[in-house]
Amino acid sequence: MTGQALYAVVGCALFCLGFHALVVAAHPLRRLLAVNVMGSSVFLVLVAGSAPGDPLPQALVITGIVVAVAATALGLNLLLRLSVPAADGESGGGESGNGRQPS
Amino acid sequence: MKRAGSAVLALVLAGLAALMAWIVTRPVQPGRDVPAHIAGSIGDSGVSHPVTAVLLNFRGYDTLLELVVLLVALAGVRCLAPLPPPRGGAPVGGVLSELASLLLPVLVLVALYLLWAGASRPGGAFQGGALLAAAGILALLAGRDRFLWRFEHRLWPLASLGVGVFLIVAAGTLGGSGVLLGLPPGHAGTLILVIEGFALFSIAVTLVALFLGTGELEDREP
Amino acid sequence: MNGAALLPLLVLWPLAGGLLALVAPRGVRFVLGAGTTGNLVLALSLAAALPAAGPFNHAVGGWGAPLGIALRADGLSTVLVLITAFVAPLLALHASAAYAGPERRYFTGLFLLCLAALNGLFVAGDLFNLYVTLELLGLSAVALAALGGGPTALAASLRYLLATLTGSLLYLLGVALLYRAAGTLDLAQLAGQGTGLPGGPLAFALMAAGLLLKAAVFPLHFWLPPAHANATPPVSAALSGLVVKAPLYLVLRLWLSIYDGAWPLVAELLAALGAAGVLWCSLQAVLQPRAKLLVAYSTVAQLGYLLIALALVPAAGLTAYGAFVLLLVSHVLAKAGLFLAVGNLARRARHDRIDGFERVVQHMPLSAGAIALAGVSLMGLPPSGGFSGKWLLLQAGIATGAWWLVGVVLLGGLLAAVYIFKLIEHTFGGSDRPDATALPRRMEWAALALGGSAVGLGFLGQPLLALLGGLP
Repeated sequence: MTGQALYAVVGCALFCLGFHALVVAAHPLRRLLAVNVMGSSVFLVLVAGSAPGDPLPQALVITGIVVAVAATALGLNLLLRLSVPAADGESGGGESGNGRQPS
Repeated sequence: MKRAGSAVLALVLAGLAALMAWIVTRPVQPGRDVPAHIAGSIGDSGVSHPVTAVLLNFRGYDTLLELVVLLVALAGVRCLAPLPPPRGGAPVGGVLSELASLLLPVLVLVALYLLWAGASRPGGAFQGGALLAAAGILALLAGRDRFLWRFEHRLWPLASLGVGVFLIVAAGTLGGSGVLLGLPPGHAGTLILVIEGFALFSIAVTLVALFLGTGELEDREP
Repeated sequence: MNGAALLPLLVLWPLAGGLLALVAPRGVRFVLGAGTTGNLVLALSLAAALPAAGPFNHAVGGWGAPLGIALRADGLSTVLVLITAFVAPLLALHASAAYAGPERRYFTGLFLLCLAALNGLFVAGDLFNLYVTLELLGLSAVALAALGGGPTALAASLRYLLATLTGSLLYLLGVALLYRAAGTLDLAQLAGQGTGLPGGPLAFALMAAGLLLKAAVFPLHFWLPPAHANATPPVSAALSGLVVKAPLYLVLRLWLSIYDGAWPLVAELLAALGAAGVLWCSLQAVLQPRAKLLVAYSTVAQLGYLLIALALVPAAGLTAYGAFVLLLVSHVLAKAGLFLAVGNLARRARHDRIDGFERVVQHMPLSAGAIALAGVSLMGLPPSGGFSGKWLLLQAGIATGAWWLVGVVLLGGLLAAVYIFKLIEHTFGGSDRPDATALPRRMEWAALALGGSAVGLGFLGQPLLALLGGLP
């Protein structure tokens, strides 16, 4: 097996590992991390599975990384918002008109 | 019961992984040779690095949408009710402070260099933007948050600059030649640099704002 | 205007609008109105130009495949763009009264960006471009679902986010396998190739699994009811009406174009899942004490019908295809109207327990009427879009010898009648309670317009099918 093919195989294994963790894990943070592992694994398969030096998958992966970062940021903030009581004493999200306006 | 379900799932996934691994290691002869197409058209693309050419010219439409995805995430975060400011934490120590002083100018310079180099070497708006964002986060972690006041009340205009400039180019090309993002070969290089410059800045602003999460940045009230 | 130039405009116009709303919060009401109305004008122009100029093709950047990205619009894409454009201004009308302050600005921005994502998805002709639009759609939907909500809404949004991301990644893995084998991401270049490519069947399985998860098809529907039930009414209407249809459209598109509708086993599996979804989730809807959860489960149930129609397309051809589109369009209208109307009732009563909606018809006749009209379409009673769709579905089922389908449609219709009447019984019956929070009239008119359109579609089936044209 060539070196590049080995990366692709690792990508497949990581995807399934991440999927398993996503289903089995209880805490949402672990699920978010599992999704991140799955994302990285798909990028790995995309680049390692194509012809060596093909620029197209590399560009696709750059796009994919940015999208994954955006999604993870949203997920983490939702998670934080759920776990931490709000500044004005309520837990979770606020209603508009209560305490500080969301900006 | 849950253990059994988890074990069954693990077995199924192991089988799937094996199947995927087998497929991915079989040699293929794709009917089309994309690297050859890229090599053939790169002369008209305005840049010489193939990945940058794909990102900003051949598949620039994807890049435009991806910048919008960043803004959507920012919007989703900003409309959540603010979190209370973090309490406690260790005071910023000597090493972190010194390192920040050394690294921050370097990071900014390298980010700008990556923007410039992206035309002919690996680099570009995203790489530079991520580095600039890292500089911003390092500054925040080292307690140097005075730069934030420049961004108060201006978060959205600054974060939207990248997409805004990209949209103007898109609308211009659509109106001018009827082809969306059909960059004229003579000016493609300049247009790409302009788009990437604004995009780099907006990406950095957006990533730092995502790091700050809810609150902490006053925004203009409607 | 040149038809092909409309395709990029359908994405750029709402995109610019969404951006403007986020940057300049002062003109938000105008931006929402102009954004959705302008989009409707573009969609109508596209639909008007389609019969004469045929399917449209726009090569972005002037680069042909496999180098560049192609935008394409045939009958199916045009119909979907059109129905999205029709519903959006009505949702905007409702939302302009439902939201205030900073929330209105974020709703406008996210809603218009969601609209751009939908349009972008329906006209995309490139596999990776579809991935980016799917992610844009998913993230804007999650953000909208979390907007202004309490802890329940946030928890539901987080689960929605995890589900939608998993679906996208499964899809992208399939795309990776296809690109590896075929060397292109363009749908037209991949047409008919899928079955012969190494890894082609596995790629389809992965992509379909991811898309069905995003479409909340039974049994992968666990994330939908909490997310749609806890969002604000215009968001629930957009999510159940529009967002959840896009992945289903994509499954049909990929199956027919890349794989030629191959593998009868796939058809049988999809039909079985659809039937199970109809029956199980209709039952769940009947059992719900909260109105919004009832409507959310009804969404998953109705999606089951769509899936059955989809499964029958290779075998039954145009009949099943027409059934799919009619059922889809009528569900968009009926479900959006129903969510808006139920939202109005809940806002007035300050809760959404069905047995608490007493005699609302006296104070909110328009909303009650909207519920009744939308219910007619959901139950599949004539005349309505839902009836026309189910009629075609039955025809397709009988033509292919799927006699069990008759039983499923009848039983599903019966269960739908039960849960619709459960809603109607309390809004039209019960004792009067005069206390009320006055609601702006346009919130009710929006709901009524949508419900009425679902019924009116029963008379417009033929022109719609004519616009649709042949199989893609």
